[in-house]
Amino acid sequence: MARAPIVWREATVRATEAETPSARTLRLDVPGWPGHVAGQHVDVRLTAEDGYQAQRSYSIASAPEDGGLALTVERIDDGEVSPYLTDEVRAGDTFEVRGPVGGHFTWRVRDGGPLLLVAGGSGLVPLVAMLRHLAAHDEEIDARLLVSARSWDDVLYREELAVLGRRPGLRVAHTLTRETPPGWEGFARRVDADMLRAVGPPPEERPRVFVCGPTAFVERAADVLLSLGHPPAAIRAERFGPTGG
Amino acid sequence: MAQTAAWLDGNGMAGLLSEVFETEMTTVDRGCGTCGGHHPVGAHRAYRGAGTVLRCPQCGDLAARIATLPDRHVVRLAGTWLIEVPRDAAPQ
Repeated sequence: MARAPIVWREATVRATEAETPSARTLRLDVPGWPGHVAGQHVDVRLTAEDGYQAQRSYSIASAPEDGGLALTVERIDDGEVSPYLTDEVRAGDTFEVRGPVGGHFTWRVRDGGPLLLVAGGSGLVPLVAMLRHLAAHDEEIDARLLVSARSWDDVLYREELAVLGRRPGLRVAHTLTRETPPGWEGFARRVDADMLRAVGPPPEERPRVFVCGPTAFVERAADVLLSLGHPPAAIRAERFGPTGG
Repeated sequence: MAQTAAWLDGNGMAGLLSEVFETEMTTVDRGCGTCGGHHPVGAHRAYRGAGTVLRCPQCGDLAARIATLPDRHVVRLAGTWLIEVPRDAAPQ
């Protein structure tokens, strides 16, 4: 990893796509972007005309192989930054980003598997970057993804996850905690030990575990993982706290 | 969960840490002077208030305090930090 001062760069929105009623993916052009590793995030800075600045961190959704930078942003209704990014921003708009940052919560194909990825809500974003990265390579790695969301409409990347789940070695499971569609065959409760046991892989297989979501979700999932016997050092967590959205 | 919702991971502070140290810090190993535990900085607990505080994920002892002032960052570190900083390779 080269040593370089971290700098703010101008990002131009190339395109936006609605993912769910409250989340949008922004595809950005960032001249000088140095590339990233799946799992990393960027800091985003907005500057108002009067000079007031607001800064937030967002996980990178795109794989390093995608050759660009895509962020998926979930709207926090009373937030200061996310409603602008999910509702107002248009192609051609600009703001500042710096990064990529965060070398701790990262995974590369060469790190190997098995992988156990546990996502709460928009905590799926850095984990889907890992699966997109895996899908860009031919290697078959045992990877399991558990996605927890309130309802089916809240699940990000639904169609893509269905396609990813058909790849050899890769399995995707869903749990819906508030509302299930008719005929739902997935899990329908908060993450617990039976669920993580069913999703696997078991601790004896020494999976690398990545958990991302709201703080309370991550706390709970990490406790369950520890109770199943996963060693603390094998569990990497990224929490969304009260950053003001 | 009010008390647990007040903190993030050290990983979430990666941007600030990179600004202060000009190198990747979340993978740095820190040994705690109080409990003796070793954890990557990215696995520490980060609290944001007037400044940023990092605490040991095992015992909660202070690991770092960063106050960001208009013209400088003021950093206090505790424990043992093993920081490896890449250098440009010597010309062949």
